[in-house]
Amino acid sequence: MIRFANVYKEYPRTGLALNDVSFLVNRGEFVFLTGPSGAGKSTILKMIYMDEFPSRGALWVGSTKSPDIKRSAIPQVRRKLGVVFQDFRLLEDRTIEQNVAFALEVVDTPSDKIGTKVSRLLTRVGLASKATNYPRELSGGEQQRVAIARALVNDPFVLIADEPTGNLDDRATRGVFQLLKDINASGTAVVMATHNLELVRRNEYRVLEVNRGQLVFDSGDASVKVEATP
Amino acid sequence: MRLAVREAMLAFRRSPLLSALSVTTIAFSLLAFGLFSLVALNIRSALRSVEERVEVRAFLVDNTPVDSIAGLMEELSKRPEVQRVEYIDAEQALVRARAELGEFKDVFEAGFLPASLDIRMREGFRDPAAVQQVVEQVRLLPFVEEVRYGADWIEKLHRIRNIATATGVVLGIAFAAVAIIIISASIRMTVLARAREISIMRLVGATDAFVRRPFLVDGFVKGVLGGLLALLLTWLARTVVSKSFLEVDFFPPSIAMLGVAAGALLGTMVSSVSVRRHLSRLK
Repeated sequence: MIRFANVYKEYPRTGLALNDVSFLVNRGEFVFLTGPSGAGKSTILKMIYMDEFPSRGALWVGSTKSPDIKRSAIPQVRRKLGVVFQDFRLLEDRTIEQNVAFALEVVDTPSDKIGTKVSRLLTRVGLASKATNYPRELSGGEQQRVAIARALVNDPFVLIADEPTGNLDDRATRGVFQLLKDINASGTAVVMATHNLELVRRNEYRVLEVNRGQLVFDSGDASVKVEATP
Repeated sequence: MRLAVREAMLAFRRSPLLSALSVTTIAFSLLAFGLFSLVALNIRSALRSVEERVEVRAFLVDNTPVDSIAGLMEELSKRPEVQRVEYIDAEQALVRARAELGEFKDVFEAGFLPASLDIRMREGFRDPAAVQQVVEQVRLLPFVEEVRYGADWIEKLHRIRNIATATGVVLGIAFAAVAIIIISASIRMTVLARAREISIMRLVGATDAFVRRPFLVDGFVKGVLGGLLALLLTWLARTVVSKSFLEVDFFPPSIAMLGVAAGALLGTMVSSVSVRRHLSRLK
């Protein structure tokens, strides 16, 4: 359901960011994406949510192929994904519930359904009691939970997390990671880029390691050799 | 749409000064246009009433043979720009002069005034060029002593009208250009101020059209406000002039509405173009 087939990404100034990357993420899988800074983790994630496109090769997200996708079709793909970042990316001038509701409004959710959906999502991430607080009144871990709630508004089949615990202390990291595990347990695939090797070691999920743009290790070895054709 | 309106209002509240500046420049561009159009409109209606009286009067040499006069009358009647030719003999001229001049009627003696041909121009041919053509035909005839027509001031009115129209267009365009620059700058600032929201919108699957919509609403509202402000200012200017100098016509409601619509169009189009440009720069 996410398939990279011999993907290359080259930037005019910085050169090759991805070099012949192939892998397959199956439905409901949890995958760690590791590697040093600048190895290409974020580029891979950006390609999944179609913010970047391969220079050569192709990838499939669900049934959508990149780079063949039309610009106008990208929003539809993103509505099937959830994305969270290290810096949470919340709107500071809106309350927690408004932050989540905003994502629902953007995709034209009927207004009578927004309220119930927001409170359900906030309950799911354990923040129902802080619905009317502003982001600055929350801890880092709580803010990341809000971001996760927002990422879940469209019931995505995969959650893309780019260093979601990078700004959090151990305790908050454990909490957020537990939440990601719960989300995965309910059937949503998770692709999580992380530097936290401790976290990777303690959990027996599949690991993809990139270095200098190449996929150097895949604990679910078989899928490294993905055919170039769909 | 509700979200678009809300976000647009938020933009107004966040940068009220810049929004007011956008509205004001749109208003000034339309005001310049409006004021000069109003001048042109009033000159035009003045011209029309003057033109209705446009008449070429060819005074004839005494004792001109009737044949020559009849021949000329027939020739003139055939011209498309001539509505009617009338022969006024010396006696009629005297009666008319006495009627027109009232208390001075006694200064004229019989035989003092020459006979004349009064040539009325057809509507649409009452401009200086057409009048001049008829005058040229008549002037050189040996039995025509003198030709009189209100050439100078018809020409002047025409010229003033054209200058007013051209000045209005040029100033309007100049102000519109300033409005375009300011609206574009204000949209750029709004786009930058909302970069985070826009990136989140895109991330959760907002379409480009959806992202642009608040900016279009913003431009539309600014345009309508600018148009209304311009209309108000034009109306005030007209009222002041009417009270202190002379009665001035105002635009009919349909034209006034057209002015506001022009503001709305200007605001929306500039927003549309600049939001596209600025959004494409934003990753």
